[in-house]
Amino acid sequence: MTPHAGPVLELREVSRVHGQGETAVHALRGLSLAVTTGELVAVMGPSGSGKSTLLHLAGGLDSPTVGEVLVEGQDLGTLSKAAVAGLRRRSIGYVFQDFNLIPALTAVENVALPLELDGVPSRRARKEATQALAEVGVKELAGRFPDDMSGGQQQRVAIARALVGDRRLVLADEPTGALDSETGEAVMRLLRARIDAGAAGLLVTHEARHAGWADRIVFLRDGRAVDDTGYASDAESLLEESR
Amino acid sequence: MSIRHGLLALLDEGPKYGYQLRQEFERATGATWPLNVGQVYTTLTRLERDGLVRGEGSDESGRVGYALTDEGRTELHRWFATPISRETRPRDELAIKLALATTVPGVDVTAIVQGQRTSTLRTLRELTRLKKAAAEDDLPWLLVLDSMIFQAEAEVRWLDHCESRLARSSRSTAPARPSAENRPADDHTATDHEGVRR
Repeated sequence: MTPHAGPVLELREVSRVHGQGETAVHALRGLSLAVTTGELVAVMGPSGSGKSTLLHLAGGLDSPTVGEVLVEGQDLGTLSKAAVAGLRRRSIGYVFQDFNLIPALTAVENVALPLELDGVPSRRARKEATQALAEVGVKELAGRFPDDMSGGQQQRVAIARALVGDRRLVLADEPTGALDSETGEAVMRLLRARIDAGAAGLLVTHEARHAGWADRIVFLRDGRAVDDTGYASDAESLLEESR
Repeated sequence: MSIRHGLLALLDEGPKYGYQLRQEFERATGATWPLNVGQVYTTLTRLERDGLVRGEGSDESGRVGYALTDEGRTELHRWFATPISRETRPRDELAIKLALATTVPGVDVTAIVQGQRTSTLRTLRELTRLKKAAAEDDLPWLLVLDSMIFQAEAEVRWLDHCESRLARSSRSTAPARPSAENRPADDHTATDHEGVRR
């Protein structure tokens, strides 16, 4: 597949309303966001601020009431259900708080699974999965089952699974939530490195410390972006100059 | 904390010159605390007066070396063994600013909270970049960076908490009013006054 030149993920004036009339809940109100290759955008905010809705929309699990969601240039609203499902399988990887690895499969089988579901021959899927595990530094865990791994190791495997093959968009939902602070930092460092190596990432977290790894941090409240750090400019890097 | 204890700690390894102490102090604290040579020599003079260090004479280029005395070593270990009291740290200007903002009519406290949070998140991002760039074995620098990162994180959490508290307070004390911006100034004072009195 030829990589799409523009943003890997783009939200244009997206609103999502649940229910109608008096009881309508405005989960998101006119949010715009773009994430290009090599970029990590973090979304923070209290519970109920619209973070989960945003991830569901970005992953094609939900549709906006108003506005457009584009993944690799394709407007999800114009695609059939089957086409959205295909796009989700081929282009989008997920990293969750609780890792979501399949307990009955080894690490390499877990990573190969999305490729196999997409029709990649078993041998090739396994080879790509082994490569993906090597890229996250846990090649030696290939034959291990999730129960025999630490939380940090499971999350590394989950990151490998999210970015195996041609996947270029990773949606991370509190990926450090179940980990101690140092392991959480190692996972963020890895996620950052994988994104630097050629992926786009959207990170939802309530921990500012982990959001600090992003290029841009958006703070949601009541479905609106109330704070936005924008992208780092060179002029801002005062601390770096003092080094 | 004082520069005194920093210098005593560096001298624990062995005698050093003033310029050397300055360099090592900055390296250990990751240049977050720049010292000028004057501060280093003034502090060394006082430490010598108090018997905590002693001058070791000068070398051929006139540079004076300093060494830790037994009293100095005792003072250093006393410092390491004593927890730092939060009370002795400078007052938190931000907390005072927010507290006062709620009492001044016409000030948009929520805007202050949001502006501060954006600024602190930017700082956090910069600190994280420095951490990403730091050498893995540069333990002193990583510890200092982590300290700044955790403090920035705590400030963001506190600001978020303030924002929720402000939202709740304006809902419970001003139910019929359309929005904070449109409120007449005297009403605003009354609301905030009530909030502060509690």
